[in-house]
Amino acid sequence: MSSQSKLVLENVSMTFQTDGKPFTALAPVNLEIPAGKFISLIGPSGCGKSTIFNIVAGLQPATTGRVLIDGEDATGLIGRVGYMLQKDLLLPWRTVLDNVALGMEIRGYKMSEARARALPLLARYGLGGFEHRYPGSLSGGMRQRAALLRTLLVDQDVILLDEPFGALDAQTKARMQEWLLQLFTDFGRTVVFVTHDVEEAIFLCDEIYVMASRPGRIVEKLPIDLPRPRDRAVVSSPRFVAMKKYCLDLLHLAAPETHGDLAA
Amino acid sequence: MATKTSSFPTARALWDAVPRLSSSPETRPRPVRRLPVRRDWPTWVVALVQIAILIVFVGGWEVSARLKLIDPFFWSQPSAIWSTGVIFFQEGEAFADIAFTFRSTLLGFFIGTTTGALLGMSFWWSSNYARIMQPYIICLESLPKLALAPLIILVFGMGLSSKVAIATALTLVVSTLTAYAGVKAVDHDQERLFYSLGASRWQVFTKLVAPSCIPWIISILRVNIGLALTGAIVGEFVSSQHGLGRTIIYAGQTYEIPLVWVAVFVLSALSMVMYVAVAYLEKVLRKGIVH
Repeated sequence: MSSQSKLVLENVSMTFQTDGKPFTALAPVNLEIPAGKFISLIGPSGCGKSTIFNIVAGLQPATTGRVLIDGEDATGLIGRVGYMLQKDLLLPWRTVLDNVALGMEIRGYKMSEARARALPLLARYGLGGFEHRYPGSLSGGMRQRAALLRTLLVDQDVILLDEPFGALDAQTKARMQEWLLQLFTDFGRTVVFVTHDVEEAIFLCDEIYVMASRPGRIVEKLPIDLPRPRDRAVVSSPRFVAMKKYCLDLLHLAAPETHGDLAA
Repeated sequence: MATKTSSFPTARALWDAVPRLSSSPETRPRPVRRLPVRRDWPTWVVALVQIAILIVFVGGWEVSARLKLIDPFFWSQPSAIWSTGVIFFQEGEAFADIAFTFRSTLLGFFIGTTTGALLGMSFWWSSNYARIMQPYIICLESLPKLALAPLIILVFGMGLSSKVAIATALTLVVSTLTAYAGVKAVDHDQERLFYSLGASRWQVFTKLVAPSCIPWIISILRVNIGLALTGAIVGEFVSSQHGLGRTIIYAGQTYEIPLVWVAVFVLSALSMVMYVAVAYLEKVLRKGIVH
């Protein structure tokens, strides 16, 4: 464990008892994520991506292992990381501004102070003019922006994003990815990102961890050495295409049951 | 893949060989229909028809009572009801009675709804507590609360408090169950989000569970105002010195049938006023809270 690692997972595993038989949802996983890096977890469903997130966020106890943030034991502690679930989960009875301020409010800021901090960010990150609207009148992309700003404003160095753009259409998704990269550059947080979309993972990340299921485990770590800031045009560069091909092949191997379905 | 391609022509031949369903017009007339058109009458026409029905009804009642087609002693007649009503308001205790019934209804409504809502939401705090309480809540729900009215009068006395107690008993259980349904409908992911932000149980309750339950509680207001009125009236039936329910019982026992009708009409007017007020309150609350 090096001293500059922001988030470390030591032998974290998760075993359930189903019908008296142990089921390994997550085989012991070791991860070391340096500060300020953007990393992705990709893999088939059931590979334990969400389990890792739940354990890191303290929402689910791990069977074995420890979670360290800045070298401190954070196993089972809630509120130590910013966690954004796939759904935006905005509260319909709060305005966009009050939704974004929710995290700060829960951390004990005064509501007026939380609003004052959130307001300039809303304007800067594409929600200007929507501060006092209710989530019901916002588009899917806008709602995700608000949810992401809420996550960032809790002032945690580690941000977990669980398929934040999974439900968006292709064009909105592309715009949101560029927006997220801008946020990443501006805020300098450590981001762990879960996605099914290989192209998204390569476009956004510094490192990709490819996972496999049954039991859920990490099979390979791929450094993405594309220079930043990245432009959308990078997706058609030969380097990008080669990495994408390699990732897809790995995923194909990581999901043996789909393999079987195709052969039949 | 290869087997599928080769089997295709055979399947196609089979399809062609199967006789088609007869569709000639002689054997099977095809119904020709257009989308039904709904024509809405203008509002004044609707109002006119409504008034006409009322006139025919009241007029028919009056005429058949005068012609002795119905027994005017038991059924009374609109003219007699009208004159009794005038006397009731000029000389009787009309306003005192209305105020009494109104007060016990509103008090029962507020106490029952609020207590029930709090009780229902309290089940969020512990699933063990909710599980322990469940059979008792079901028991209270199935219990005919009006059957307890004589007992409640004995305990709370003949005054206002016994009527409030019956109205509360009727509204409390419905509110509890509705608020509990609201608690159970709270999005589990929403709760996870709060906890991931480091929230305490109290913060989750005040900032998520209670606001989520508010639409459920609002939806029960209209039902509860009717229930509270029923409770108050039944309480007055059993034993009371004031109120529209007492007027009905008293007039019935002394065969003052027109007064029974007057009290019934005043009661329905009161009920409508309260219903409209609660419906308005509901609209305002929905607009202000739910969006």
